[in-house]
Amino acid sequence: MILMQLFTSFFKIGLFTIGGGYAMLALIQEEIVRYGWMTPQEFVDIVGIAEMTPGPIAVNAATFIGYGAAGLRGALLATTAVVLPSLISVLIVSKFWERYKTSKGVQATFAGIRPVVAGLVGAAAILVGSTSLQVLASGFIHLPTLALSIIVFLGLIYRKWDPIRVLLACALIGLIIF
Amino acid sequence: MEKNKSWKTLFAAFFRIGLFTFGGGFAMLPLIEKEVVEKLGWAEKEEILDIFALAQSVPGAIGVNTAVFIGGRLYGVPGAIVALLGVVTPSILIILIIAQFFVQFQTNPYVASAFNGVRAAVVGLIAAAAVRVGREAIIDRFGLVIALGALLLSVFKIIPVIWVMVLGGLSGYLYYTTKGGQG
Repeated sequence: MILMQLFTSFFKIGLFTIGGGYAMLALIQEEIVRYGWMTPQEFVDIVGIAEMTPGPIAVNAATFIGYGAAGLRGALLATTAVVLPSLISVLIVSKFWERYKTSKGVQATFAGIRPVVAGLVGAAAILVGSTSLQVLASGFIHLPTLALSIIVFLGLIYRKWDPIRVLLACALIGLIIF
Repeated sequence: MEKNKSWKTLFAAFFRIGLFTFGGGFAMLPLIEKEVVEKLGWAEKEEILDIFALAQSVPGAIGVNTAVFIGGRLYGVPGAIVALLGVVTPSILIILIIAQFFVQFQTNPYVASAFNGVRAAVVGLIAAAAVRVGREAIIDRFGLVIALGALLLSVFKIIPVIWVMVLGGLSGYLYYTTKGGQG
């Protein structure tokens, strides 16, 4: 039963991962909460780990969550499910690529999906923020955490900091002050 | 096209791509270009941009999609599967190792403190990604309305995320085809 849920959830996540980036985070979080595979806090930890380890984030998250929910079998099944839509969609679309690429309908549809992805990544930031910022003082915003988040945000946007170094530095800061 | 063509080089090339790209997605593209175009000659330089465009405009992670396309072009469906396995194997192995330790050490007070810092960074990281994606994706007032609508629908959990995407695609189709172009 849980294997079946993992498969359908991650197939869905793979299918609706369009345009890369963190588009799928909101969807992954929705599925995790629905089936209770892990706490929202563990989910944030996994995003951090996925960012620090090589490979696509969707694949890393699938392996991790699948393992947590149903061991090795769960990990392999969730990972297979999340990449299966790639296999199907690329093999089909590459046959019709020339026509697909210039189709007005396809372009118009993507022009509508792209801003949705931006909105969903923004939503993921808010949802993850509401989990992270109250870890230490339950129910209240934890100001040092908020300050750290804002510094990271500004550094990434205006100073082009390297995300992996930022995460390692923040782990160290966490060790010292939290 | 013919040089360096073998199952082993196909698997190894995408294994390296999977192993050496952190942060996923767009971070993979420069390394893919180096391996596939410069080192192995499996695609032309002008062609690779078109391949990346395809990888971004179909479902799935970009790095995985590119692997499937290149593998499929060299050896058909079996080639697509081999390239796909190559690109995801490093992730699977590394994450499985980390997952073991994570379950054991999660409650350790030092690990817990370190992760309090990591969580703060993740919030900043995702917020920065939202700004970056937004700058690229929102090109007119219609896009801004769609993005804000998607954000609100998702934050307040009014409808499932998938329906938000379907609605966005549908409104894009209706708006841009009837308006006859963007702008």
